[in-house]
Amino acid sequence: MADNTLFGVHGNALEVRSQRMGVLASNIANASTPGFKAKDIDFQSALSSLESGSGVDTGMAAATKYRVPNQPSMDGNTVELSTEQTAFAENAVQYQTTLSFLNGRIAQVTRALKGE
Amino acid sequence: MSNPLTIFQVAGQAMSAQLVRMNTTASNLANAGSVASSADAAYRTIKPVFRTQYDNASGLATVNVEQVVTAGQDPTKRYDPASPMADKDGNVWESAVDETREMVDMMETSRSYQNNVEVMQTAKSLILDTLKMGR
Repeated sequence: MADNTLFGVHGNALEVRSQRMGVLASNIANASTPGFKAKDIDFQSALSSLESGSGVDTGMAAATKYRVPNQPSMDGNTVELSTEQTAFAENAVQYQTTLSFLNGRIAQVTRALKGE
Repeated sequence: MSNPLTIFQVAGQAMSAQLVRMNTTASNLANAGSVASSADAAYRTIKPVFRTQYDNASGLATVNVEQVVTAGQDPTKRYDPASPMADKDGNVWESAVDETREMVDMMETSRSYQNNVEVMQTAKSLILDTLKMGR
């Protein structure tokens, strides 16, 4: 909680994005496994539970939900590649955005410390 | 298996599973239309069985090939006394490989493999960017 004063929400946000990348990668890896149920992390609730001070494991477990498929397949697999690819690309961009927020903050603090 | 899975292991193991699937497809297509002198000796279509491997420590899941099974239809008996493989009644057994299905399987396998490569590349560049944070 103490580091929140320096980096604000972005430290926790980066953690959630990183976890979500892993979950989406698991979905893509299991795109052709019969019976596999795709999952996703609800960013909003994962972030708010991390912000309220709960651990990473419990916060992520509470925010991980099964995906409801648009068109269920006969083998019980609920991975829809187009959905997963879109979510993965979106998450990658958001990760980079968070990263540049962090970089900006670090540059700002460094500049202030140098007194330029 | 004691260490928690990383995103690279997730994509890497999925790639090896897809490679096994590609190998079975190649074997099936190579043996399409091959003949044998008995029903038992004839080639049968082989298929991999995928099984999800969950990792509770990291919340990730990857895929493994549990086993490779024979599937598909029985070999078809054909009367061909001129064939060197014919039995005493002049019959040969031809492997019943569904070539169209195998081609479709091959395309799907290749797409899945490419997806996993893409995941790995994206994860790699994001992790490298994170390492460079603050520089």
